[in-house]
Amino acid sequence: MDIVICVKQVPEVKDADLSINKEGTDIDNRDDLVMTINEWDNYAVEEGVRLKETYGGTVTLITIGDEDAEDILRRGLAMGADNAILIDDEAFKGSDAQGIATGLYEVLKDLEFDLVLTGVQSFDDGWGQVGVMLAELMNLSYATLAVKINVQEKGLIIHRELESNTLEKVKLSLPALLTIQTGINTPRYVSIMGIRKVRNIGIEETDAEELNLPLDQIGFEGSCISLRKLSLPPAGKAEMLTGSLDAVCETVADIIRKKGGIS
Amino acid sequence: MPEIFVVTEHRKGKFRDITFEMLALADSLASANNCSVTAILLTDNASGLSEKLRSACDCILVAEDPAFANYSYDEYLAAFEKIIGQRNPSLILVGNTAMGMDLAPAMSTRFSIPCVSDCVNVEISDDGSLKLKRQIYGGKIDASLIMKPSPRYIVTVRAGVFSADGNIGRNAKIENFSVPAFDNLKRRQFIEYIEEITEDVDITAADILVSVGRGIGKSENIALVQEFADAIGATVSCSRPVADKGWLPKSRQVGTSGKTVKPKIYIALGISGAFQHQAGMKNAGTIIAVNKDPNAPIFNIAHYGIVMDLFQFLPRITEKFKQGA
Repeated sequence: MDIVICVKQVPEVKDADLSINKEGTDIDNRDDLVMTINEWDNYAVEEGVRLKETYGGTVTLITIGDEDAEDILRRGLAMGADNAILIDDEAFKGSDAQGIATGLYEVLKDLEFDLVLTGVQSFDDGWGQVGVMLAELMNLSYATLAVKINVQEKGLIIHRELESNTLEKVKLSLPALLTIQTGINTPRYVSIMGIRKVRNIGIEETDAEELNLPLDQIGFEGSCISLRKLSLPPAGKAEMLTGSLDAVCETVADIIRKKGGIS
Repeated sequence: MPEIFVVTEHRKGKFRDITFEMLALADSLASANNCSVTAILLTDNASGLSEKLRSACDCILVAEDPAFANYSYDEYLAAFEKIIGQRNPSLILVGNTAMGMDLAPAMSTRFSIPCVSDCVNVEISDDGSLKLKRQIYGGKIDASLIMKPSPRYIVTVRAGVFSADGNIGRNAKIENFSVPAFDNLKRRQFIEYIEEITEDVDITAADILVSVGRGIGKSENIALVQEFADAIGATVSCSRPVADKGWLPKSRQVGTSGKTVKPKIYIALGISGAFQHQAGMKNAGTIIAVNKDPNAPIFNIAHYGIVMDLFQFLPRITEKFKQGA
């Protein structure tokens, strides 16, 4: 089974103190943030590599990003992917989901594959749209929010994650595209040694011009958004408990005793 | 008069809450901008469902077909292909749900309609431009958007944001439409729903939940949380990353795709508080959150917040109760 996996590099902000520049256009301290593979995409890479290990075939990674995005491709190669393609072009800056899907489509349309995987969404923009748009452009069958994949003789049986503790079982014809939900597997650990071992694998690079992409379909010009202004959310409503460790714990213990009716 | 479409969502013959949340949003947009509201109902059996929509919109556009018994994108797209061209809606509201995330981007691409997902606010300005608000970076940044002009837009709406409590007081007429034959579609076939069975503790029955998130770091540390929970007679639950990593069973997961809980006390330890998690616990009586990130979104809904390292907090708070016993 030949598999293509679309991945994205995103900043890690979970414990970061973020600030916004005064124009409201971007994170101010972006250079301080550690870049990492989008969490959903990491699960997608693991899933693709496992399918390859079980059924044979190849895994090809694609990303749109700058030269630093090579890091996540190397990481994916260390996990077991065979090839990697980097679409490196400033022109994608400001793209909406359709712009990104269009860029990926221009590469995918010339590849041979049985299955395309993407993450359900990216952590940064959180569109959750690129995978399905790409499937539609490629005229592939698809399923979003995949948490289980069963390969059958003809096609796939997929469990989709719905709300309220419920899964939906569907049957898909191949070739297909799946958007992968977190928790579908336990992604393998990637060591520095592992990444070093794949340093000689060539990464294919391309850009918008080589792909014959009209510039009015990508970037700010191609985006459906005319203006985006960022701000930090207003401060939370919580009463913040401060003081020494012991004082805070005593206050919390009192609240638990009072509200929980326990002694 | 411009028309707002609301794509209704139902499962096993019952509407999902998001349907009425979108109708409430559509009602306020329509009232302020002189639009009409049309609910789209694709179902195998409209009789019970359409009545529930009657007072919430001006028109119910119904297609009844066995193929609509359960959502599947092929059939839904075929239906929209027919009605979008005929009706010319200016705004199409879809839930940012497992159904909407599957459907809306495909509608956007196939019908060349710009789509913005997961919106928490929707406004139409005086000049007619569409203004949207959404959260990015896991809720740590708000983004306000102004859209470029377009004859129509698709907006997917975050669940649980718009209140469906009010009585809308519209009076809908029902219009039926037929859909083309689906013979050559069937690229994806619905098989069944699987409801996950709870084999261990039922977290929805607990009075006090001690809930643990990614901040706990590793599987071995769950024991510290269990010890605290035991000391106060609480049950241990978790956020998505902990279940994803297999540190606790999925049946302990609080949130949109897991369980909705309403304990007297909810103690969130190392949980950042993505909106999917908040949706599952925001109605708890008292919410206490401990997180080392002062900007964690969990502090937006907690009653009490503590910015502290869990591994300092946990032993000391546990000790408070062991001493008392």
